[in-house]
Amino acid sequence: MNDVAPVHAIGGYVPMIDGPEKVSGRAKYTADIIRPGMLAGRIYRSPYGHGEIIEVDVAAAARLPGVKAIVTGADCDKTFGVLPIARSEHPLARDRVRYKGEPVAAVAAVDDATARKAVELIRMKVKSLPAYYTATAALAPDAVAIHTHRPNNIERDVLFELGNVEQGFAQADLVREGTYNCAEVCQNQMEMHAALAEYDAVRDRMTVHASTQVPYYVHLMLAQILAMDMSKVRVIKPHVGGGFGCRTETLNVELITALLARKAGGTVRTVITREETFITHRGRPETDIRLKIGMRRGGRITAVECECDQRGGAHSGYGVVTILYSGSMLYAIYDLHNVKYLGRRVLTNTPPCGAFRGHGTVDIRFAFESLVDRMAGELGIDPFAVRRANYLEAPTFTDNDLMVNSYGLPQCVDWVEAASGWRERKGRLARGKGLGMACSHYISGASKPVNWTGEPHATVKLKVDFDGSIVLMTGAAEIGQGSSTVLVQTVAEVLGLDLTRIRIVSGDSEVVPKDNGSYSSRVTFMVGNAAIDAAQNLKRLLVAAAARKLDAEPADIECLGEVYRAGAQDKGLSFQEVVTEALTDAGTITVTGNYSTIPESHGGKKYRGAAIGGTMGYSYSAQVVEVSVDEDTGVVSVDKVWVAHDCGKALNRLTVEGQVQGSVWMGMGQAMSEETAYHDGLLLTANMLDYRVPTIFDSPPIEVGIVESIDPHGPFGAKEAGEGSLAAFLPALTNAIADAIGIRFNDLPVTPDRIFAAIEKRRRAQANSRGGETGAGA
Amino acid sequence: MARILEFILNDRRRVDAVPDNLLLLDYLREVVGLTGTKTGCDGGECGACTVLVDDRPRLSCLTLAASVEGRRVDTVESLGEDGRLSAVQRGFHEKLGAQCGYCTPGFIMASAGLLRRNPRPSEADIMEALGSNICRCTGYVKIIEAVQYAAELHAEGVAP
Repeated sequence: MNDVAPVHAIGGYVPMIDGPEKVSGRAKYTADIIRPGMLAGRIYRSPYGHGEIIEVDVAAAARLPGVKAIVTGADCDKTFGVLPIARSEHPLARDRVRYKGEPVAAVAAVDDATARKAVELIRMKVKSLPAYYTATAALAPDAVAIHTHRPNNIERDVLFELGNVEQGFAQADLVREGTYNCAEVCQNQMEMHAALAEYDAVRDRMTVHASTQVPYYVHLMLAQILAMDMSKVRVIKPHVGGGFGCRTETLNVELITALLARKAGGTVRTVITREETFITHRGRPETDIRLKIGMRRGGRITAVECECDQRGGAHSGYGVVTILYSGSMLYAIYDLHNVKYLGRRVLTNTPPCGAFRGHGTVDIRFAFESLVDRMAGELGIDPFAVRRANYLEAPTFTDNDLMVNSYGLPQCVDWVEAASGWRERKGRLARGKGLGMACSHYISGASKPVNWTGEPHATVKLKVDFDGSIVLMTGAAEIGQGSSTVLVQTVAEVLGLDLTRIRIVSGDSEVVPKDNGSYSSRVTFMVGNAAIDAAQNLKRLLVAAAARKLDAEPADIECLGEVYRAGAQDKGLSFQEVVTEALTDAGTITVTGNYSTIPESHGGKKYRGAAIGGTMGYSYSAQVVEVSVDEDTGVVSVDKVWVAHDCGKALNRLTVEGQVQGSVWMGMGQAMSEETAYHDGLLLTANMLDYRVPTIFDSPPIEVGIVESIDPHGPFGAKEAGEGSLAAFLPALTNAIADAIGIRFNDLPVTPDRIFAAIEKRRRAQANSRGGETGAGA
Repeated sequence: MARILEFILNDRRRVDAVPDNLLLLDYLREVVGLTGTKTGCDGGECGACTVLVDDRPRLSCLTLAASVEGRRVDTVESLGEDGRLSAVQRGFHEKLGAQCGYCTPGFIMASAGLLRRNPRPSEADIMEALGSNICRCTGYVKIIEAVQYAAELHAEGVAP
């Protein structure tokens, strides 16, 4: 069989296939679904940070006309959680509340106003327990355990030493240590969490529409929480307004809504507020890092020692995985040996953290690239030279057994160096201006899924029927990242067809094959490979049908997409004619494509949890950030960002650019302005004015260079593009500020007041050293 | 208390009885069923609910439905002619100004309002017009390109 003649389904700038719906207002998100007679759900949340529940009084709420159902912890004794080893969360608190804002009861009423009124009538009594709002407080020797099975309030500690750190530091010409603090940040995706649950009391079936990245995990948890057979549950994922990791696990919203719908015997829609969306959280934990690096004169790193404490919040969520990523992903970007890591995931009485974009890697990368930059300065070598002194040589396995097959970091570094004019401009900018650079990386899907079932990692189905249309069925969750578009492109590429011949059905468990979901940047790699497999299986059937009809051997059939022919002289068969022949006797065709990761990618066993970090392919990113610092106000403006991202192969250059720009920008928010703040555990920043997201005014031009290292296992060589460029922005920014004003910031975000305070402190110090002389200027 | 509201919504006359305290946003979404206009925050923070009232951008989450009596209100559903996308819609689609799409109707209506006032906006004009809309996906780079492209299409005669 000859291969398809070149087509242009991949590699170009392809607008998203669901774009027309989004720009016309026709795209339906969960909150847009309106059912006749549906009830409105509202949640009553704990005003207490930590306490034993004595009473939840819903009597007055129940008497309110229009209230149809009320649920409390008494209605569900099951627990949920994304990790099978850490399911300790109840959809509605039982026995104990562990953070201010934890759901305690919920109401379904005829309309939202009634539901809100009912919630206001609910009262609870607790026996107060000491509450811990910082990791330090929770770790105090006499602290009360927030979960009794975690007596020290440590959800998980991780310790490994690979190589010999002491020897490594002894070989160094320069050893430096720094402490770093990164504030807690939130995804703050534009669509507030929502769920619509429809309970069919006649058949005892539950259908839930949810704003989720992981319909399959929601399906599992619904069955568990409702104590229903999985086959009785159906999960539909409508359009989703962004995720960034806050929806990579089942949230209490969808579970509570389902409990309400079953109790009310009908349909309940819960759309929580922006404030509640912040409290639901699942963001990046506040992280304290102590990092020590040994370096030779030429920049070669000889040893790394890292301690990392994460304030995880009141429940585990993904916490065990997060603290493991922070250690394992020290590797796979540079050639490191002699590495020691001590990570602690701490339970606190704050909203639970989760898997924010760049999961577990971002704060550690900030510390690492900051310290490396500082050491380069002390050694008098260029930051680019330090990176170049530490490249991996792919293919290789790292000391912690991570498999690296393609490695485009050198090309990324070269691209940003040239594009930014680094060599000509560094050190020659006007006063207050600076350039900084840094690198980062990320996985293309965790090689071992959270739920290890033995099934393929991804499955795609293609259906071809009498009309000649191809329907691609996938559970991959389109959340705005373009997964549906890239999967259609992939199938079109294999079959040589125009995108318009292929329709996609995704996100309805009744129709589509199971998929683990959109997290860890797995979809393009895993589901893309499954889509290639499915398309190749379909192509084989179509070629065989064409061969039958043309009385030729399959090997002699040339597939030109819309035409199948036996040799260049043959007029051939149209795609429709081939389909008709293929359906003869066989009927409607459905083919399956699968993808499984290879065992070599599953990480090692050198320490407990060493599988975390294993992937089929790592993406790489390098960035140069140019800043202007106003030394009178402390205001930093980012003038320009140059970013190069190694995504293996850009299947869709438009969406790759969009993902990379979005990642860089989200890193900018974390670096410059975003942080949560609490007062005695009460979230003070639960709106977009106090939680400061960069506006269009704050946002720089971001020039993207695409590096294509062609991964041997990736679909057409592709790797991830949606996360790896986030982390490098943070240190590139602070390195640029250090270049601009000579002050290095180790704590994020670098808000104007922090910068101003540092500049003032330096002014005072300089004034004092000049014997009390005053005046501006450094 | 309720009152009779009479106004022009997307080129059609509407008459509805509306409670005095009903927000325009909730009226559009829950009463009329025009769910293209989005709720993104608890009031005035994000711009996702932007509609045009007499061609001027308005946050429908801070506008009482009763206050548009006698006015002309346009939502994202009004754009485009004969089923084709308008210039701004094409810009956001073709230049990837929309990723998850949730903030998009608000950005599109703010942009459409801009092009109706100012068909040839500078980059600074675009940033000013979109300064109170939050997008969490794009970093705004492609949103600016989308509006610039829309202005070009508009100059060629495509309705904004």
